[in-house]
Amino acid sequence: MAEIKVDCMNETCPVPLVETRKAIRKASVGDVVEVRGTHPASKKEIPMAVESMGLNLLGVEEEDGVWLIRIRK
Amino acid sequence: MDEKATIIVHSGDLDKVYSAFIIGLGSLSMGMDVSMYFTFWGLERLKKGKLDKAPLSRMNMFGLGSWMIRRKMKKAGVASLDKMLEDFVDLGGKILACDMTMEIMGVNKENLRDDVISDYCGVGTYIKEAMESDVTLFI
Repeated sequence: MAEIKVDCMNETCPVPLVETRKAIRKASVGDVVEVRGTHPASKKEIPMAVESMGLNLLGVEEEDGVWLIRIRK
Repeated sequence: MDEKATIIVHSGDLDKVYSAFIIGLGSLSMGMDVSMYFTFWGLERLKKGKLDKAPLSRMNMFGLGSWMIRRKMKKAGVASLDKMLEDFVDLGGKILACDMTMEIMGVNKENLRDDVISDYCGVGTYIKEAMESDVTLFI
């Protein structure tokens, strides 16, 4: 199972959400998508998208304004 | 079946077309199916090379306002309309062109971004999709 990293540092709406979706589309079932970014609203919205797509949210962490979201497809 | 959003892009103004694409992309990102119907002034944006050559809905000041907003957006790191359109199609979003507008404005397929347009259609297609949609907007 692959781990896909998505870099959305300093990107703004709607890029982090869109890049996350693009990575999820490309991933195979079981793969982990890890998104790193700084846009505050996306930290809340990416988990919302994960929930509405019925995927597995593995974790949300934040340190010094940089968040890291892990999703399993 | 996935939830669906249908958006009519009637306006060709830069700010409104941006809103339409951001909402369209957001909906795709949330796992929805999305169709964007370009009609009247909106269709102008599907002409080759015209996507961001648009006026602002307010304070356009003969193009100065539009130029200033585009500069500010670039500075703020907002994605360009070209990038948004590319991502939209990439994520499976559908772009539809109103064929009645094409007729009255004298626009043919050769003038339009045929590479991104999935269909040329009329109001019936929109209504059919709107009936199946959870979100429908007129911009």
